[in-house]
Amino acid sequence: MLTDLYVTGDSPVHRTRPVIKIAALIVLCTSLFAFEGRESLLISAVIVTAGFALAGLKARHAWQSLRPALWILIAIFAVQVYLADLALAAFVVSRFAVLILAAALVTLTTTTSQFVDGIGAALKHAPAWVPKARIALAISLCIRFIPLIRNTFGEVRQAQRARGLERNFLALLVPLVVRTLKSADEISQAIYARSFD
Amino acid sequence: MITFSDVSVEKSGTEILRGIDLTIRERRVGVIGRNGSGKSTFARLFNGIEVPTSGSVSLDASGDPKQLRRHVGFVFQNPDNQIVYPIVWEDLEFGLKNLGLPRDEIRQRVDDVLKRFGLQHLRDRFTHQLSGGEKQMVALAGVLVMQPRMIVFDEPTTLLDLWNKQMLMAAMEELEQHIVVVSHDLELLKGFDRVLHFDDGVIIEDGEPGAVIANYVARSRC
Amino acid sequence: MQTRDVVFIALFAAIIAALAVFPPITLPVIAVPITAQSLGVMLAGGILGAKRGGLAVLLLLVLVAIGLPLLSGGRGGFGVFLGPTAGYLAGWVVAAFLIGYLTERNWTRLNYVLAFLFCVVGGVVALYAIGVPWSAYVAKVSLAAAFTGSMPFVPGDIVKALIAAAVIMIVKRSYPIIGARA
Ligand SMILES: Nc1ncnc2c1ncn2[C@@H]1O[C@H](COP(=O)(O)OP(=O)(O)O)[C@@H](O)[C@H]1O
Ligand SMILES: [Mg+2]
Repeated sequence: MLTDLYVTGDSPVHRTRPVIKIAALIVLCTSLFAFEGRESLLISAVIVTAGFALAGLKARHAWQSLRPALWILIAIFAVQVYLADLALAAFVVSRFAVLILAAALVTLTTTTSQFVDGIGAALKHAPAWVPKARIALAISLCIRFIPLIRNTFGEVRQAQRARGLERNFLALLVPLVVRTLKSADEISQAIYARSFD
Repeated sequence: MITFSDVSVEKSGTEILRGIDLTIRERRVGVIGRNGSGKSTFARLFNGIEVPTSGSVSLDASGDPKQLRRHVGFVFQNPDNQIVYPIVWEDLEFGLKNLGLPRDEIRQRVDDVLKRFGLQHLRDRFTHQLSGGEKQMVALAGVLVMQPRMIVFDEPTTLLDLWNKQMLMAAMEELEQHIVVVSHDLELLKGFDRVLHFDDGVIIEDGEPGAVIANYVARSRC
Repeated sequence: MQTRDVVFIALFAAIIAALAVFPPITLPVIAVPITAQSLGVMLAGGILGAKRGGLAVLLLLVLVAIGLPLLSGGRGGFGVFLGPTAGYLAGWVVAAFLIGYLTERNWTRLNYVLAFLFCVVGGVVALYAIGVPWSAYVAKVSLAAAFTGSMPFVPGDIVKALIAAAVIMIVKRSYPIIGARA
């Protein structure tokens, strides 16, 4: 199906409940800004590195997490060196690296279904006005339909390739959107038919 | 027993069904008619997905839409629009959770329905990775776990190949429920108890499959 | 909010996710690749309206947060919300909502030019109004510097607004969701 970013493992980090990991992440991120400075950055870096080691994650995983932001980070570094100085440039970019790696530590050690279960459990305690069943349904439906819509998209692309319109945004988007929207009525009927209100 | 009393359905100003008046007691009823004749709209009235603009549909004298929905299951032509959860067992549990059944009973019913159709091996599979036939069986299983008294099928075999079609037909054969089947597959309806022929929103023939199907075929030729 | 609305929200979030695999198209002059995903955000608002459009984008971001690599380039996880450009993701929700709001308010007289303007107001002006200060704050640069840094992406986003407006108008004619009452 949709593969998540989870890296299999059985470490204490993996076994910690998702809520606690997220709470820890929030605390760490907030303190990096609230107590801005080299000390907080250094402490956080040590914590995150320890977390990576404890979770059995490799340097490769850290690199994979940082890579998507690499060009922007390089650009920020250059701008900071130019506008300010090397020290600030190094501080800002390292702080991003620590933030991203801290987040990666949570993402890489938690499966999407653990998160979904976590959301479900959290919703149980939500006040009555929160449409719990609808939120849970929306999440599941979306995960269910992404592969299907990717298929539809593949079919539309093939059909348009035959007409030489493969790179035409309009010719690809309109059929994709209209076909998908048209299925919505029957999907809602099917959900209603199975006693969902 | 389900009764339609002078049912009409109107959408965007056009009458799609007019004056449908009938009672169904038979165990297996077929519905035929050309495209756009109103078959799907008729089928959707059985479990309240569609509501009459005038007239009423009642199951054993109860016209409560929630009752219709509770006791009449619906199998759509395209199982992709019917399966709403990513994993087979999650999808099978969906309807039961909506009924608010206890956890143990939900587990039990899901296991039973999987065993009954020999689908245990599909239990933990991702629904989008199933073959067309498997998807249609899972869709049917998702309806059967609700233990309906009647099941309506809207062109259930149209998207299936010969093998899967036969698998589904065999499964339908074994159902103890009353079934109503909309189909262009006349072979499928031959052994039924009653066939309704729709044309332009009205029932133009109603009776034994042999005669109704023969007239339908003759009509298509002219 | 009815079941049908939940289905629209989920399906549109799935559409935006599916658009991540759209190969980026590089415009000849500006050389910045255009990805289809933020185009999907404009469509969510312009096709589903404010509430459903905004929620569709929010739902997608929730799925990204819980570890699904659904953003273009296979990005996902909490990290994307902590990077220097996270403001643009938060801005997506506002963009879809705002485009949807403007589209709904002007539904009967909507034409291509209006649809394009709404996409620019939501998908460029509002989006950058959130994304730029956010980048400036987290990257510790001045607003002006962050603004200059984001300029190369503006032409691409204008092109997306041009395309999105066309799609919104075609869908309005062939399968309207906003005006229709189920
Ligand atoms: N929402 C709608 N608005 C207007 N007309 C509709 C709508 N849905 C269906 N119809 C029309 O109703 C007629 C009957 O449709 P349907 O019941 O699906 O027929 P069948 O299943 O026999 O092909 C068709 O002519 C169709 O175009
Ligand atoms: Mg039909």
